[in-house]
Amino acid sequence: MSASYDYDDADGHRQMQLSQQDIAYDPNFVPEYVKSFVVHLYRHIREKNVYEIHQMYETSFHALSDRSFKDTPWPSVDAVAHYVDNDHVFCLLYRELWFRHLFARLSPTLKQRIDSWDNYCSLFDVLLHGVVNMQLPNQWLWDMVDEFVYQFQSFCQYRAKMKNKTEQEIVLLRQYDQAWNVYGVLNYLQAFVEKSAIIQILDREKEGLEQFTANDGYDYDGGSNVLKVLGYFSMVGLLRVHCLLGDYQTGLKCLQPIDISQKGVYLIVIGSHIATIYHYGFACLMLRRYVDTIREFNKILLYIYMTKQFHQKSSQYEQILKKNEQMYALLAICISLCPQVNLLDETVNSQLCEKYGEKMVRMQKFEEEAFSIYDELFSYACPKFITPSAPCFEEPLVNYNQVHCNHVNLPLL
Amino acid sequence: MEREMQKQQQEESSYTVEQLVTFNPYNPDILPDLENYVNEQVSSQTYSLDANLCLLRHYQFEPDRMSIQIVSHILIKALMAMPAPDFSLCLFLIPEKVQMEEPFKTLIVLSHYLETGRFCQFWDEVAKSRRLLEAVPGFEQAIQAYAGHVLSLTYQKVPRAVLAEAINIEGPSLDKFIEHQAVNSGWALGKGQLIVIPKNEFNHPELKKSGGDIVPLEHIARIFPILG
Repeated sequence: MSASYDYDDADGHRQMQLSQQDIAYDPNFVPEYVKSFVVHLYRHIREKNVYEIHQMYETSFHALSDRSFKDTPWPSVDAVAHYVDNDHVFCLLYRELWFRHLFARLSPTLKQRIDSWDNYCSLFDVLLHGVVNMQLPNQWLWDMVDEFVYQFQSFCQYRAKMKNKTEQEIVLLRQYDQAWNVYGVLNYLQAFVEKSAIIQILDREKEGLEQFTANDGYDYDGGSNVLKVLGYFSMVGLLRVHCLLGDYQTGLKCLQPIDISQKGVYLIVIGSHIATIYHYGFACLMLRRYVDTIREFNKILLYIYMTKQFHQKSSQYEQILKKNEQMYALLAICISLCPQVNLLDETVNSQLCEKYGEKMVRMQKFEEEAFSIYDELFSYACPKFITPSAPCFEEPLVNYNQVHCNHVNLPLL
Repeated sequence: MEREMQKQQQEESSYTVEQLVTFNPYNPDILPDLENYVNEQVSSQTYSLDANLCLLRHYQFEPDRMSIQIVSHILIKALMAMPAPDFSLCLFLIPEKVQMEEPFKTLIVLSHYLETGRFCQFWDEVAKSRRLLEAVPGFEQAIQAYAGHVLSLTYQKVPRAVLAEAINIEGPSLDKFIEHQAVNSGWALGKGQLIVIPKNEFNHPELKKSGGDIVPLEHIARIFPILG
């Protein structure tokens, strides 16, 4: 249920700027099916029944959201807490889902964005320092990291749009300047990587001393998979954040412990697979390692072509399709700059020609109009870059996308 | 003795900075260490891309702390690292507004000339920006090495005049340069005003057999009877 990468317009795309008075939303009203949901989920987590947790997380939560919470938030955590023994960790997890649902379906207010940050801090602090004895499905753990980075990206974009800010919002922004602070975000991701010792685990695995990948990240010795897998996915998270900041070299360095030429846990969850390869490929493109990009995109585009039918019912289907299109656009750029058609699988090549054949012909001419096509494809397919620093609240900010696009065009001149 | 100790201290502190960059990169307090490290790289003619990217990131996070001089030194060092793409990598972290001001505007122009092999224009521009570039020792030599590298990818036999223009040297200094390349890179003096460059993958294009697609004749021979 990770929100789309390109909700870069939180108040534009979803014009449901919801004030709680408009729709009859009572945060304290807990329908029977929600009570049943939390009670069962809580029990499954206590009993470490990963299969059941996954069913509830992946299916029930979405079904209930679609049916009953299309345009209102779920009941507040305070209302459901007593059904789950006021369990601190469960409440933090519930709240994370609560905010994620809000961000996906509704338009969060500034206060809600700040509260979500606070929740992540509390949740991550527990996971990093406490002794958590849970096993959670990989999908959930990936979604946590993915959503964390997405909300950071969303916040930076929100903050950069100074034009519509009320006095009240500016006061809040100044007061809570630690919320979604870039240092904080990076340090949490880094902390997961370090605390989990995931790099050492992966090293030891190469020598046959660990069963991490073989067990899909799960712990069959009575322990917990949460910290290890969060550490693993945080490496992808770091790659993504660095790409958003424009530091591709460091991004690739963060991903280095994961050998993408081998089977790995990043392949288990389709969202993580796509995020990893998309950002890896994009970073290589910006480092002018076009052949590397072509190779990796070729593999994953073929994979998506052959398996997308199995994801049709998934909540992530739209996302998968979108990333698929973006990678074809980037591939068109790479092939135009570095013709290596022999590296492409037949299917991928024919799809590429269908989508961008005509444009690629024009891109390979040494003319003025070629630049505008590169520009167009790049702007469509690149990550939505962010400005990590707080703006001068009196001045509007410059659009970063153009800067990166110009750098792709430079070698052509 | 003093020089030894100074060198050791330098080694120790640069070791520590590299450690900081690896293990504690997202800490705003290391900014002064990173800045000192840039100055060290300039004076001791060493280079660390990772540390410099780390510093540029910090400047991105806290634009008020940015030092124009340090950023320009980082960019000059990155130019000296060509053909590595370090210059673009650093530029990605510098806001567009800043890039449009001097000295960055000039440095971008210089990098553009180098990327497109326009050495004559490059050296002209360098002559106009003497003061900026003199601050970083080793600049000219690094660019000359890059120019030599580019020529060796492009030519089998390069005319002396072309070489002279590319590295901005003439006369006896040019002879010295060629001698140096002869010892280290196998260049040789050819007939007339030509310098012979050793064979490499790039200046000797060959028709390559695409090994993957070859079907051995024996396999095809098996169906000849049917085709008849």
